[in-house]
Amino acid sequence: MAYDKFNILTSTAVPLPIENVDTDQIIPARFLKATERVGFGDNLFRDWRYNQDNTLKEDFVLNQDKFSGKILVGGKNFGSGSSREHAAWSVYDYGFRCVVSSFFADIFRGNCLNIGVLPVQVSADFLQKIFDAVEADPSVELEISLPEQKIVLLSTGESESFDINGYKKNNMLNGFDDIDYLLNIKKDIETFAENTPL
Amino acid sequence: MSATKTLFDKVWDSHVVHKIQDGPDVLFIDRHMVHEVTSPVAFLGLKNRSIPVMHPEKTFATADHNTPTINQHLPIADPLSANQLRMLEENANEYGISYWGLGHAKNGIVHVVGPEYGITQPGATIVCGDSHTSTHGAFGAIAFGIGTSEVEMVLATQCIMQPKPKRMRINVNGKMSKGVTPKDVALFIISQLTTSGATGYFVEYAGEIFRDMSMEGRMTVCNLSIEMGARGGMIAPDEKTFEYIKDREFTPKGADWDKAMAYWETLYTDEDAIFDKELTFDGSLIEPMITYGTNPGMGMGISNDIPMASAVQGGATTYQKSLKYMEFNEGDSMMGKPIDFVFLGSCTNGRIEDFRAFASIVKGRKKADNVTAWLVPGSHKVEAAIKEEGILDILIESGFELREPGCSACLAMNDDKVPAGKLAVSTSNRNFEGRQGPGSRTLLASPLVAAAAAVTGKVTDPRELMVELV
Repeated sequence: MAYDKFNILTSTAVPLPIENVDTDQIIPARFLKATERVGFGDNLFRDWRYNQDNTLKEDFVLNQDKFSGKILVGGKNFGSGSSREHAAWSVYDYGFRCVVSSFFADIFRGNCLNIGVLPVQVSADFLQKIFDAVEADPSVELEISLPEQKIVLLSTGESESFDINGYKKNNMLNGFDDIDYLLNIKKDIETFAENTPL
Repeated sequence: MSATKTLFDKVWDSHVVHKIQDGPDVLFIDRHMVHEVTSPVAFLGLKNRSIPVMHPEKTFATADHNTPTINQHLPIADPLSANQLRMLEENANEYGISYWGLGHAKNGIVHVVGPEYGITQPGATIVCGDSHTSTHGAFGAIAFGIGTSEVEMVLATQCIMQPKPKRMRINVNGKMSKGVTPKDVALFIISQLTTSGATGYFVEYAGEIFRDMSMEGRMTVCNLSIEMGARGGMIAPDEKTFEYIKDREFTPKGADWDKAMAYWETLYTDEDAIFDKELTFDGSLIEPMITYGTNPGMGMGISNDIPMASAVQGGATTYQKSLKYMEFNEGDSMMGKPIDFVFLGSCTNGRIEDFRAFASIVKGRKKADNVTAWLVPGSHKVEAAIKEEGILDILIESGFELREPGCSACLAMNDDKVPAGKLAVSTSNRNFEGRQGPGSRTLLASPLVAAAAAVTGKVTDPRELMVELV
C-alpha cells in the first residue's frame, strides 16, 4: 500500500539503549490476531511498557514524559527475530517515522522500508553520542535528511551519512509502492513464469 | 559472468526476472506458503487494488500459528483466533488457493507440511510470511521469511524485490558425538556467531556433519539460520534429498521427474567458487547444548558454566539484563536447575525423528511430577507416524500425552502459554523474553535434553541417561 512520503525529519528522539531488541519485545505474538492494520501502537513494547496487571512500568522510556518524538533510537541488532511486519506497523502506529541503530536485523529493516519507516544505520560511536546527548537533554533534536542521506545531531552539529539504495530512496521520497513497480513489468514476469523449470 | 558459482548463486541468478540499477533484484518465486497470521492484511491489499493472485497454483495455505492443540474438532473459543482462521479460509476460497485448515488431514506447521508433501523442492525459491521459512533450504532451495507487504507482493506478482545477500559458507567437519543432535550443532554455530553474525548473508552449510544428517536433521539446522541473522541457509541436494522427495504428492513424476533431476543435479557449489565469508568448525567437539539467556546466541555446552559478563561479546548491560530476566547468575552451572515445563515440537523439532529421540530417553522412565509436558507433533503426518511406530505407547507408558499439531508454545499465540516465572526446556527456536508467554523463561535445547529434563525434573545431561541404558 502507498505510504507517507519521507523527506527531512527534524524531531526529538526516544532512546532505548538495549542491544538485540527482538520482535517479540516490539510486539508480542499474542497481539498478532488482528486481521486489519489498526491499533498496533497500543501494544508496542507491551511487556516492557506495562506490568501484567496492565499498570504502567514507570521506568520504561516510553512511559517517561520527558522523552518523545518521531525518532526511536535503539541499540545494536535492532529488530532481530521474527518476520512479523506487525513490529514495523507498531513502531509506525505509535508515531515513529524513523529508527536509528548501529545495526538492524535484515527482515525488520526491509519491513520498515516497505511501510515508510526509515531505518538509519549509524556507527557505534555516533549511536553512543546520540544516546548521551538525548539522555543528558531530552529536548535535543536530530535532523534526518533522506535526500542528503545524512543524520545530524543538532545540539553539536555532528553528523554522519547513511546508506539506502537508490530505488528505495526514490520510493520513500515519493511514497511509491513496490507492487506498482512490479505490475508495470507484469509481461516480463509472465514470460519468465512460462520458462521456469519448477 | 564468472564460470564458477556457489549453490546459492546458481539458484538465485536463475530466478532473477529483472535487475534494478542501484536497487534490489526482482526475484521470481516458485512456491509461496501462506498462514493465518501474516496474510490477512496482504489479502486486504489485493482487494483494495482489485487484483487477483497471479499464481494460485504456486500458493499453499495452512493454519498453524494460532490453532489450539487440543480438541481441534470443537469450535475455537477465542473469537480473534477463530476470526483469523475464518479469514484465511475465505481468502483461500476466493482466490483459488489450496487450504489445509484445522481438521484437514494435511494440516500442520507450514514448514513441516511443505516438505512432507513435496511442495519443497531443490533449486526452488520459496517464501512465506514467517522467518523460519529458511527450513526449506535443507533441500537446496532458496527459502526465506518475508513481511506482510511482501506477502501481498508475491500474491500479486509472484515476485519479490530483494537485494542479493552476501554468501557465507559454514563448514562443520567430523562426526556428531553421542547425545549430540542437529539442534546442538545449530545452537553451537549460533553461539559462535551471535544472533547478528550472519545478518546480510545467505549461508551454505557444508561438511561431513551435514552430509551425514537425515533430511529432518538438515531441516532443523536450516530452520535456525535466521537465529544468527542470516536470511536463510541451504544444503546442496544429494541422494538423500532425492530419495526423500521422490513420489510425494507435489513432486514431479515420470518424464517430469527426469527433467527436474537434470536441473537438480547441477545444484552444488563449484570447486573454486568464492564466498564472502567462510567459517570452519570441528563438529566432534560439539556437546549437547543449552541456552541460558534471552536470545538463541546465548547458548553453551550443557556441562559448562554461564559465562561472566566480562567474557562475552557485546554490551555487559544487555547481558546482565538478560540473566536477571532468567533469574540466573554469571558463573552458574545449568545442570540440576529445577524446571517446570517441557515443550517438544515446533518447525525446529516437531518431526518424527525428534519424537523418536525423545522417546529413546523416556522409555522405561516416568515423567517427573513437577513437570508439565507439551508434546506437539508438527503435522498430522508426524502424528500418524508417532502412532504407527509405537512411540505413542512409550510416551503414554511414561506418563506423557500427545497433543494435536500446530506451532503451539513456540510462540504461545494460542492457549499453550508457559506461566510467568516458570522455566521451560523447549525444543523450539526462540528464548526471547516472554516468547512462550508473558514472563516465561525458556531454555532452548534438543529433544534429547528436553526428554532428560522431562523425566528428571531438572536440567540433566542426556548422556548420563544414555549410559544407563547401555
